[in-house]
Amino acid sequence: MKLAFVVCLLGCGGGDDTCTIDGKMCSRLSSWGLFDDIAAQTPAAGVLPYDLNTPLFSDYTTKQRFVRLPAGETVPWNDSDALALPIGSVLVKTFGYLHDRRDPSLGRRLLETRVLVHGEAGWHGAAYVYGDDDADAEVAIAGTLVDASWIHDDGSTRTNRYVVPNQNQCKNCHAEHDDVVTPIGPKVRHLQPERVQALIDAGALVGAPPRAEWPHAIVATDPATGTLDERARTFLDINCGFCHNERGAGRTSGLFLDWAQTDPAKLGVCKAPVATGRGSGGLQYDIVPGAPEQSIVVFRMSATDPEIKMPEIGRNLVYDEGIALIREWIAAMPGSCGG
Amino acid sequence: MRRLALLLSIGAGYGAGCSGDPCEGIEGTCVGLHAGASATVVQTALIEISPGGTVAFGEGTFSFETDLSLDVDNVTIVGAGMDKTTLSFRHQTEGAQGLLVTAKAGFTLRDIAIEDTPGDGVKVLGCDGVHFDHVRAEWTDGPKETNGSYGLYPVQCKNVLIEGCTVRGASDAGIYVGQSDNILLRDNRAENNVAGIEIENSTHADVTKNTATGNTGGILVFNLPGLEVKNGAITRVFDNEVLANNTVNFAPAGNIVAMVPTGTGIAILAAHQVEVFANTIKDHKSINIGIISYVPLGIAVTDPTYDQYPTAIDIHDNTLTGTSDMPTGLLGGLLISALGEIYPNGPFVVPDVAWDGVLDPARTYGPDDKLCVKNNGDADFINLAWPLADATTPSIDMTPHDCSHVPLPQVSL
Repeated sequence: MKLAFVVCLLGCGGGDDTCTIDGKMCSRLSSWGLFDDIAAQTPAAGVLPYDLNTPLFSDYTTKQRFVRLPAGETVPWNDSDALALPIGSVLVKTFGYLHDRRDPSLGRRLLETRVLVHGEAGWHGAAYVYGDDDADAEVAIAGTLVDASWIHDDGSTRTNRYVVPNQNQCKNCHAEHDDVVTPIGPKVRHLQPERVQALIDAGALVGAPPRAEWPHAIVATDPATGTLDERARTFLDINCGFCHNERGAGRTSGLFLDWAQTDPAKLGVCKAPVATGRGSGGLQYDIVPGAPEQSIVVFRMSATDPEIKMPEIGRNLVYDEGIALIREWIAAMPGSCGG
Repeated sequence: MRRLALLLSIGAGYGAGCSGDPCEGIEGTCVGLHAGASATVVQTALIEISPGGTVAFGEGTFSFETDLSLDVDNVTIVGAGMDKTTLSFRHQTEGAQGLLVTAKAGFTLRDIAIEDTPGDGVKVLGCDGVHFDHVRAEWTDGPKETNGSYGLYPVQCKNVLIEGCTVRGASDAGIYVGQSDNILLRDNRAENNVAGIEIENSTHADVTKNTATGNTGGILVFNLPGLEVKNGAITRVFDNEVLANNTVNFAPAGNIVAMVPTGTGIAILAAHQVEVFANTIKDHKSINIGIISYVPLGIAVTDPTYDQYPTAIDIHDNTLTGTSDMPTGLLGGLLISALGEIYPNGPFVVPDVAWDGVLDPARTYGPDDKLCVKNNGDADFINLAWPLADATTPSIDMTPHDCSHVPLPQVSL
């Protein structure tokens, strides 16, 4: 309970910490009743886990995702847009670092759990930050920084000054369209089929067609799951498309990387950047076909400087595997930019 | 009483030892923050402030490692003065700007300084009613390529008033208004930026009584391709002092402003209905006023709806002085070539007004589309007739441009 003194900067006295679907977020994660055991991330009854085929890269953190529907409510099948989760639904995502990525059995450190709530006035959320133990987490509406280290896939020790976003920054990614906060992940085409089946079996997801008619599950880093173009576009959709679409926060750039985009120019091919500053890296176009080293998209994915890096938030570290995919995709593109 | 209560609950305890109430004299809800307040306390105040409220910073320096953000409508952020209250981002490691404002309606920033952001200073996205009032945005190490891009940066906004501000050191534009409508910039000072003031893909802008000096380019009116809001028009640039903007261009390559020649007073790129009058523009190494299309830049245009050619530009009643024989950059190269054709035996001096001479082959130019240059004292002119080839001849004859357009309307906010 030392934690309470460290994290609880404002307004959280003890006692009543009622969580409602509207208004101010409650102070402690435990007050949501989402877990039977927070440290073990054992969900309570009615809290259903799900996973994504291709997750957003978040500095090599692990993520555990859960959804809780209001009692008796279900979600109708929809394989084009985000699933219509009813008012009162709660989405939960816990971020952590494995102590050693080569051996998950060695356990992990929890960083934060984000709770996104569908209230009467729309979705809103906050992050709950873990302290010295994982028994509970405290709300951090202004975000915070957490120094973390772990053993990486190659056996090296890696460190990160992990950023827990503030409440406004939720909107940076989650206001995918028109300034309205929405969940990003829960679209059927993003969900792992085994988890979709589990949601159906639990009676949460109704009206699903036979499995053969489900959208093709694409894992960006697994060539067995899709063509190079499908995998690259899936990667860009998940990692960039929530801002870089015609109504998102990245709309002022004119660069649109969401799945629905079909115009090569808007996808960045031979598109000169705007308002990019040092983000240009001295390069002329967002994507130069056949030339990943001349493409600003690759340069910005490879950067960690806050003015240059993309995405702007949620990433401090370079995602080597993702860059390799986008380089391969651009290298295989026919044509040139002339000039 | 409500203000007092908030001060007690938030201000107190984080301002120990400080004197003065930052909220003193402020009407309505106000949260006061004293120097020494942590980033968490500041960001929490910006999240919890009620619509219409004020967040008041006291005197001193507030330092941040991450960016700040505001998403509440009609909030005022105020300091004790642009030389008394500083939000310093020198040690920022997170965030593409110092302060990001995503409120939909109403934002005021007053009497405060934003310093040394790795990215942009203050970005305001999609807000109706933006007011920057006596704000200083500065990179304190002077011009450097590693400075952030924009100082004050409203984009896709409406009803933007920027007045009494000072911007220094931006590696792109000190004051940049992009993809916006109804804009008034007055009494600002822009110095030692790449671009002092830039109006880009915007409509209905008045830029007046500003001083732009020591930048690479003083005032730019640009239209660029590939944006959602395009083909900006109706900009008035008048009563400004545009003086000796000769700082060597320090913008990173690949940016459009990296192509602005060192020593540019006012540049108009592919913009429409621009009236430039009653300015004092002097002592520029490359050009006092340049008007060019997008064509000579040699950048691929993949946006079929983009109009690459400036139209209806009216340059009148300006005072243009100072001479140079060493223009730089792309335009400088064109100038030297063109002047070399006209004065094969030299010497030459760069004229005050240069036009690339590129016309849209698909357009029939009427009197309303022309470039007019009139009543600018003894200012001289050159049509560069790009691309230079045997078939085209540069010309210093101003008579084809001896015309006037109907004065553009005043912006009213």
